[in-house]
Amino acid sequence: MYVAVKGGERAIENAHRLLANARRGDQSVPEVSLDQISEQLGLAVDRVMSEGSLYDRELAALAIKQARGDLIEAIFLVRAFRATLPRFGASEPVDTGAMRVQRRVSSTFKDIPGGQILGPTFDYTHRLLDPALAEGFVPEVPAMGEASTAPTPRVTDILGRDGLIESSPQAEDGASVGDLTREPLNFPADRDLRLQNLARGDEGFLLAMGYSTQRGYGRNHPFAGEIRFGEVEVEFAAEDVGFAVPLGSIELTECQMVNQFKGSATEAPCFTRGYGLAFGQSERKTMSMALVDRALRARELGEEALAPAQDEEFVMSHSDNVQATGFVEHLKLPHYVDFQSELGLLRKLRKEFAEANTPNAMKEAAE
Amino acid sequence: MNAPAYNFAYLDEQTKRMIRRAILKAIAIPGYQVPFASREMPMPYGWGTGGVQVTAAILGPQDVLKVIDQGSDDTTNAISIRKFFAKTAGVATTTATEDATVIQTRHRIPETALHENQVLVYQVPIPEPLRFLEPRETETRRMHALAEYGLMHVKLYEDIARFGHIATAYAYPVKVNARYVMDPSPTPKFDNPKMDNCPALQLFGAGREKRIYAIPPYTQVVSLDFEDHPFEPYRFNAPCALCAAENSYLDEIVTDDKGGCMFVCSDTDFCEGRQAAGHHGSLSAAPYKEKAQEKSNG
Amino acid sequence: MTTIAELPPGFVDKVLSAQSTFRSVMDAMARPGSVQRIVPMAGTPDTMMRGTAAIALTLFDHDTPLWLDARMSESSDVVKWLKFHTGAPVIQDSSIASFALISDGASLPALERFALGTSEYPDRSTTVIIQVESLDRGRSFELRGPGIDGVATLQATIQPADLFERLRMNETLFPRGIDLVLVADDAVVAIPRTTRVVSKGS
Repeated sequence: MYVAVKGGERAIENAHRLLANARRGDQSVPEVSLDQISEQLGLAVDRVMSEGSLYDRELAALAIKQARGDLIEAIFLVRAFRATLPRFGASEPVDTGAMRVQRRVSSTFKDIPGGQILGPTFDYTHRLLDPALAEGFVPEVPAMGEASTAPTPRVTDILGRDGLIESSPQAEDGASVGDLTREPLNFPADRDLRLQNLARGDEGFLLAMGYSTQRGYGRNHPFAGEIRFGEVEVEFAAEDVGFAVPLGSIELTECQMVNQFKGSATEAPCFTRGYGLAFGQSERKTMSMALVDRALRARELGEEALAPAQDEEFVMSHSDNVQATGFVEHLKLPHYVDFQSELGLLRKLRKEFAEANTPNAMKEAAE
Repeated sequence: MNAPAYNFAYLDEQTKRMIRRAILKAIAIPGYQVPFASREMPMPYGWGTGGVQVTAAILGPQDVLKVIDQGSDDTTNAISIRKFFAKTAGVATTTATEDATVIQTRHRIPETALHENQVLVYQVPIPEPLRFLEPRETETRRMHALAEYGLMHVKLYEDIARFGHIATAYAYPVKVNARYVMDPSPTPKFDNPKMDNCPALQLFGAGREKRIYAIPPYTQVVSLDFEDHPFEPYRFNAPCALCAAENSYLDEIVTDDKGGCMFVCSDTDFCEGRQAAGHHGSLSAAPYKEKAQEKSNG
Repeated sequence: MTTIAELPPGFVDKVLSAQSTFRSVMDAMARPGSVQRIVPMAGTPDTMMRGTAAIALTLFDHDTPLWLDARMSESSDVVKWLKFHTGAPVIQDSSIASFALISDGASLPALERFALGTSEYPDRSTTVIIQVESLDRGRSFELRGPGIDGVATLQATIQPADLFERLRMNETLFPRGIDLVLVADDAVVAIPRTTRVVSKGS
């Protein structure tokens, strides 16, 4: 006697209650607050905002808490919320040259106007686990100076003044910026869409792709022209008002890679650019992004595109971790109908194979 | 905090307009995959986001919704999607194929013949039938433009050379209205003939791959084959062990670890309906009688 | 001059009216020749029929360039109403229009002047919405193609009189082509590019 499995609805409800309990953990341990996540796990919040494409520290912190610290799950939560938000328009381009920098390093010059600013960084920390952090640690007060009013021009602008680096492509006046979350993506894609795809792309994927270019799969001879992190103003040009309205400031990390030359009989050789930008402090992400952006410009720069990182369709179709995790994890869903279909076919093929390979003598004996 | 507030059937109106326009073009060009700006849904890509977006764009308060996965109304993902629409659109839901106006499905076409007042919405993982022969979108798009489908026939013929049969048991490619080669979604090829000349409108949504396509009612749908190797739907050797149906798609249920198994309908509504109508298989169980009585009492 | 406050209203219930209208248009497109009714009511500026107004409110927005025939575009009420309620940009170049609104069928431009799509993207084509006199009386037309169980018969009074002869270009263009939506008051009939129409005379 057989009764088909029922009660899936109750099972789902209970599974979700179990999840809520597992999320909370031992209730004798104090619950983590959104402020604690935002303040003390700030780089996780930055990543969730970047790849979630939504600048909201509080929502990102909530997503991290809800996702039990699974950042891809948190990114997914933020994306699903973002998809329901109305669009009022696009902001004015932010001016990273006017950034209030907290950190700024260039590997291409010993010193630069405005100075190298080390800022808060893991660089040069010795990676020794610190038992002092285990409880009640109060850090020493850092030395703080007056905020400098000296301008901090971008290194690429300094190179650009002498024509040593290609000029940053200028968009036509009034040209709209592509948005792959609002328009279906077609190939080949323009650079605005490529950069948007990379900015939303998985940090680990971009890291691996960027790394592969350094190891010779689409090498582009990069120098970290500049990495800067700090605050920029965001402005919105409201059509009715006639001027740009400030919306507030956000923290950004920008990386400009300086790469080997382009040039021709008619054009003087010059360095080429790779660009990375992310919310918050995300240096690994922006550096990887800049490497991959440069690799994806192969076609535009007349280079042979043979390496994975230079393959626009490959990179753009697989960079998104929300898409990737959904499809990989969907293998958990029942597939027994298709499996049955394959099982039936395989049994038939094996039966025919066995018949064809049975020695004649045995066939005759059987008959 | 920006507290979330959601629209009827979840999607905002601008998104619905975009999807609705894509659906109209999909119907006008049967079997052609219309690109659309698929949204991030509150369920993972690969778990039916395309079907959910199509359903959300067509669903109205007068609709009666049925959701199946593997033919069953009671698989967890089917329950989850049905609850999503019951919650966000407040629509009536049913498990009875006959009563539904919109049926969202993953991997099956119901056994009960569909009628004109129904829309069948398929969840599609990989909409491009040529994808496994040619991974590049730029190339497959050109092949569709030129109706250049030789590669597909070569693949199917290689199967025959190697195995003696076409080794595609599900997602078996079809040609729609004698023009576009189309992926029917991963339904078993057993279901392919149901798509041909079907009175219901069939819509296909692929969320992650951002494509919508359609088969209008009463449209010719032909499974690809060869004259010397005609298309054969999969057949089972025995009837359903519960309802004795001879012509339904069966799941193999492993009953012990000694090789014991039984075969029962994958379409649970069809199977229960037959049992309620007095059809009994070799292993039919009493609980269905009780259930049928509960229904008539309630 | 009409001010915005004086413009005819849009849908009372935007969400459910758009859904209901869409289902009528979808059914029309899925079953060519069948007459579908548009139930939700909206204001109708000037020469615009209520079916047309409902379709505009349901399908048009900032992303759909819109071409208007002379009679439509000469009406500032129509133009203002469309801009206010849908935001669709009204364009002069019919070859990039998502939708075209025709209230004077007799002066319908050559269909080749609308977007026909490309072989790679046949969906990038204009949906032409033509207001006609009647969709239940007049000449008989026999329709065949996807969506039709054998043959469908449409009785209609349509300008231009040779509309379906002109539409025969869809046969050679396919999968490129023009999709038509005919509106008479609250009645809608769609003729997608796959439909083949034969006039049976009066």
